[in-house]
Amino acid sequence: MTGAGYAVIVVLALLLFGGGLLLGRRTARPLRTSDVGTPVEHATFETLHTASLAAPPLRAGLTEDSARRSARRLRSLLGTEALCLTDRDGVLVWDGEGDHHGRHVMEQVAGVLETGRDTAFRSDCDDLDCPLKWAVAVPLTVDHRVLGTLVAYAPRESAVLARAAGEVARWVCVQLELAELDRSRTQLIEAEIRALRAQISPHFIFNSLAAIASFVRTDPEQARELLLEFADFTRYSFRSHGDFTTLADELHSIDQYLALVRARFGERLSVTLQVAPEVLPVALPFLCLQPLVENAVKHGLEGAVTSSRITISALDAGSEAEVVIEDDGTGMDPQRLRHILRGEGGRSTGIGLLNVDERLRQVYGDEYGLVIETGIGAGMRITVRLPKYRAGVHGS
Amino acid sequence: MSRTYAVTAVAVVVLATVLVGGFGLRISRTTSDFYVASRTVRPRLNAAAISGEYLSAASFLGIAGLVLVHGPDMLWYPVGYTAGYLVLLVFVAAPLRRSGAYTLPDFAEGRLESRQVRRLVSVLVVGAGWLYLVPQLQGAGLTLKILTGAPGWLGDVLVASVVVLAVAAGGMRSITFVQVFQYWLKLTALLVPAIFLVLAWQGDGSPRITFDEHLSAFRADHPLYATYGLIIATFLGTMGLPHVVVRFYTSPNGRDARRTTVAVLALIGVFYLLPPVYGALGRLYAPELIHGGDADAAVLLLPGRVIGGLGGDLLGALVAGGAFAAFLSTASGLTMAVAGVITQDVLPSRGVRHFRLATVLAISVPLAGSLMVSRVPVADSVGMAFAVSASSFCPLLVLGIWWRRLTPPGAVAGLLLGGGSALLSVAITVSGAVRPPGWPHALLAWPAVWSVPVGFLAMILVSLATQSRIPPGTNAAMTRFHLPEALTTGRHR
Repeated sequence: MTGAGYAVIVVLALLLFGGGLLLGRRTARPLRTSDVGTPVEHATFETLHTASLAAPPLRAGLTEDSARRSARRLRSLLGTEALCLTDRDGVLVWDGEGDHHGRHVMEQVAGVLETGRDTAFRSDCDDLDCPLKWAVAVPLTVDHRVLGTLVAYAPRESAVLARAAGEVARWVCVQLELAELDRSRTQLIEAEIRALRAQISPHFIFNSLAAIASFVRTDPEQARELLLEFADFTRYSFRSHGDFTTLADELHSIDQYLALVRARFGERLSVTLQVAPEVLPVALPFLCLQPLVENAVKHGLEGAVTSSRITISALDAGSEAEVVIEDDGTGMDPQRLRHILRGEGGRSTGIGLLNVDERLRQVYGDEYGLVIETGIGAGMRITVRLPKYRAGVHGS
Repeated sequence: MSRTYAVTAVAVVVLATVLVGGFGLRISRTTSDFYVASRTVRPRLNAAAISGEYLSAASFLGIAGLVLVHGPDMLWYPVGYTAGYLVLLVFVAAPLRRSGAYTLPDFAEGRLESRQVRRLVSVLVVGAGWLYLVPQLQGAGLTLKILTGAPGWLGDVLVASVVVLAVAAGGMRSITFVQVFQYWLKLTALLVPAIFLVLAWQGDGSPRITFDEHLSAFRADHPLYATYGLIIATFLGTMGLPHVVVRFYTSPNGRDARRTTVAVLALIGVFYLLPPVYGALGRLYAPELIHGGDADAAVLLLPGRVIGGLGGDLLGALVAGGAFAAFLSTASGLTMAVAGVITQDVLPSRGVRHFRLATVLAISVPLAGSLMVSRVPVADSVGMAFAVSASSFCPLLVLGIWWRRLTPPGAVAGLLLGGGSALLSVAITVSGAVRPPGWPHALLAWPAVWSVPVGFLAMILVSLATQSRIPPGTNAAMTRFHLPEALTTGRHR
């Protein structure tokens, strides 16, 4: 056996690796249906396929970039010589020949933008050989607002094209409406994050201040310490900049929170921490662990329970950090928990859990939602997995 | 040499590694000790961990073997292995930490906003990692064979299994402490016997050690060119080693990353003073290793040969334990880093189970390689991994951090041409298709001299040709890389 084996292994391994990647990408794509069905069905498949390819860019809304990426597909859907997409202010993209028409388009579609009705017009062109003699402009409307127009050009008048352009425009409108929907969902989640920040305050603030007050005479030094903790905690919770923080800062804030809680409950609450220093720099959504600890404290001390133990651990797991928050309190009926996490629990219960779960899914994807193990009287164990790196997530 | 002592030492090291890894942090703390529990890893501790992970079989056994056979020219190896951190310190450490990237693919994606570049970098990281793992496993096989006369494959399999078991059992949780422990173990295991060896040498009347002849055509061919190839590969390759990059994430901020690197320079600088001592003394006391036989074994054989008796056995056992620490720490660090990349970019979905599967995959390929391939001197095959890293990741990191106009197509071109050609040269060299002497062999065996400029040039020229593709977030990324954290967050700590 010579060194030849070495080279063979290296090359083979690389080939295998590359092959695997390719295969994975290939199989992830749907099979082409070219051999199936009659010509009519085949044409239908083709059309649906083209339409589905044009859809994803438009889900980002009507911008120059999304228009550029979808225009070619839309034009092949319509089968015209040229196609133009505009917004209210100007031409976004011109696909096909004769883009010198682009200069006049905005004047010609001004009426469409104004009235929101389809219009057909002759394209007045100085060039006699220009194949684009006629055009139909269709508005793109979302919620009765005209966002822009789709203009299809043809050599001669064509009722078929006018009809087709109308249908394609309607399909585009649906995509744009979905884009609006996406945007409002994001706004809603942002609003919820803000709502959650505000929500920490009322009960906790009253209770903390009351607990501190009880120390003022008996142990002024302790009262002072607690007030400083309280100031630090609120400063962190109400900070206005950045959607992300680091695990170190979040755990620090949790420590202050627990100090205040223990001032109130004393010996009834014991807390164990186990933190791997490797994961402290991990970036994570702001205030996404604090509600879970608050939840554990609430469950731990609920009802007739006399004392409770809470364990918080943050461990290194390869390219992820694993945070586990565990209490030995009353637990919860899994069925009820499922309702809460579906958002059917009403305003008052578990809004913290639901919110954290949604934000984690939003930031890291669905496989990073909360994992909760619980049963009535069996305590609760919440596991959060945080990737060490995700594009766009930077602790600050 | 007494087998019992050596086997005991190896067993103790393996057990201690698993125990420190598994239980180092099991000691729970109540909140009153929170500041202790949540203290970030200090630069000096992190530096010891990086050094522990970095000082591999090549450093522990390989350098002494090369000095023994080829003489003082080989001192460029320890110099290069150390100086790589100087380049890392000056150009990369702080901005890389501030980028928030955990692995090189993360950095590529964050800087260039392209999944394609990310995938390509992943493939290269896995390739370089495997290339680096093969000599670690072979070193383990060699050590065990010399110590116990066990068949050569046993050590390879043993190290691979320990790594897989430790990672799969959820151990290695406090990987930092394991690596710190390994560093001090390795230093002690070389330092203490070295002191005794030097004393014994003086006791013999300090005979003169001569390196008069060049003994191998492999290097005697174009020594100056080979030396430059080595210098470029090690100086520029260190910054791209997957297990080194991963450890910088542990620093809380860019400034600490820099301090860590300075401490690493000191720690491995001290360590690298020792292997040449063994090489030089080996010339005197184990001359038969020069011709035929495994020169890499010099470090292991010397204590028994020079001192002998019970003392020699004990010192030999200490060295053997240190050598195993070297294989274990580098192999586990590399395996974790490669497995992380495989989980993220190759396997379809994520999760702890997939990480375990990836771990098995990450080590089984190099294990197969180490068993089937004939042995190249350990330090040489590690040098090849450095060359691949220097030709692909160095241009990506340096240009990515310091040049605004880098584009995804440019990065792809540089990675493919630079890294690809280095990888190909390495493959051809070890296949034995081109034999020394002659320029073709020298060029292929030390590719860094030409492949690094190829990588840089391809990246720069293609980027200049595709200026329309500059990622939109470039300015934001540059700001994050270069501004100290205190400025960007408005807080001072």
